[in-house]
Amino acid sequence: MASNHTDSQGPVWEVFTQKKSGVPYQHAGSVHAFDKDMALENARDLYTRRDKPSGLWVVPAAEIVAVDPGEAAPFFDPADDKVYRHPTFYEVPAGVENL
Amino acid sequence: MEKLHDFQRFIDAEEKIEPKDWMPDEYRAHNIRQISQHAHSEVIGMQPEGNWITRAPTLRAKKILLAKIQDEGGHGLYLYSAAETLGISRDEMIAQLHAGKAKYSSVFNYPTLNWADIGAIGWLVDGAAVTNQLSLRRTSFGPYSRAMLRICNEESFHQRQGYEIMLKMAKGTPEQKEMAQDALNRWWWPSLMMFGPHDNQSARSTKGMLWKIKRASNDELRQRFIDKTVPQAEFLGLTIPDPKLRWNEATGHYETSDINWEEFNQVIQGNGPCNKERMDHHKQVHAEGAWVREAAAAYAARKQEQLVEV
Ligand SMILES: [Fe+2]
Ligand SMILES: [Fe+2]
Repeated sequence: MASNHTDSQGPVWEVFTQKKSGVPYQHAGSVHAFDKDMALENARDLYTRRDKPSGLWVVPAAEIVAVDPGEAAPFFDPADDKVYRHPTFYEVPAGVENL
Repeated sequence: MEKLHDFQRFIDAEEKIEPKDWMPDEYRAHNIRQISQHAHSEVIGMQPEGNWITRAPTLRAKKILLAKIQDEGGHGLYLYSAAETLGISRDEMIAQLHAGKAKYSSVFNYPTLNWADIGAIGWLVDGAAVTNQLSLRRTSFGPYSRAMLRICNEESFHQRQGYEIMLKMAKGTPEQKEMAQDALNRWWWPSLMMFGPHDNQSARSTKGMLWKIKRASNDELRQRFIDKTVPQAEFLGLTIPDPKLRWNEATGHYETSDINWEEFNQVIQGNGPCNKERMDHHKQVHAEGAWVREAAAAYAARKQEQLVEV
């Protein structure tokens, strides 16, 4: 996700597409554009040339807040120590079904 | 040192490196060079094919060629974006191309003399490119790998449309068949050169393989391409322009003559038949488009001002 505002081709926008209705949006790549409308048009021309998608988002790359990879491990640490969040933590007695 | 060790372990585990991750400067530089040159090749590659848009023999052929060339422009853009994540701007990359500091594939410095050349390019040049790109889907730099996945999906029609043209001409009138053979004669060797120097001549390969930027060696990829292309030429009833070409039962591979490396070096150094034309054209079009970028920037700035005033 680069954001280079001095580039004469305009700032970078990140592009997300939805392949069909109901499925999550996915990052497709990025484009350069000077404003929102141009960003949408450039993204359409570049990332949806085939297999018409059901949705398209563009986001100024500079507006995206991301976790610093160097701090990712401690940042995500709390996810690791709560085994009781997983259904496999619990013992289901033999004979009990649909649980 | 510790960081470098962790970096290598990460790569050896087939994990992908992302733009903000720590990486050795040399890894960054290697990727910027390779990805930007790959992008330039896609973009410059539009010129030899663009030469035939207005002269395509049918409307169907013209529409296909337009769509194919538009894809190539798109491939260039995917790749510029991937390189930009490493901290180089698109303007810098274009400046490097214009200054001759960044190269593009030498194959695009050959002329397209007749319609069969469009067939030969799709079949052989795209065929060679996709052999390389299929392998690069597993490259270690995340944005490059994702660009390769997208490109390989789109490439699947490029080679087929080229082969279709070759097939029509090879099975057409004697004159058409002669044109197809002539195109094969001229594009075969430049296509083999696309894979670069022999492994033992390529100093950069070692680091590229260690860091899994490259996933197969030049000679390996070239052999893969030869092995799948020779039977396709046989089906067309055309002759590969290499008297030494023969099937080796023991190795299960085709054997060929060696490439004319003197020609390869000449073209790389700028002395191919179309180097100057290709570069002049790119510079001219880029300069002619400057007012569009300036106007778009001015328009965006004015809209921003109006927004603030309200
Ligand atoms: Fe391409
Ligand atoms: Fe292609």
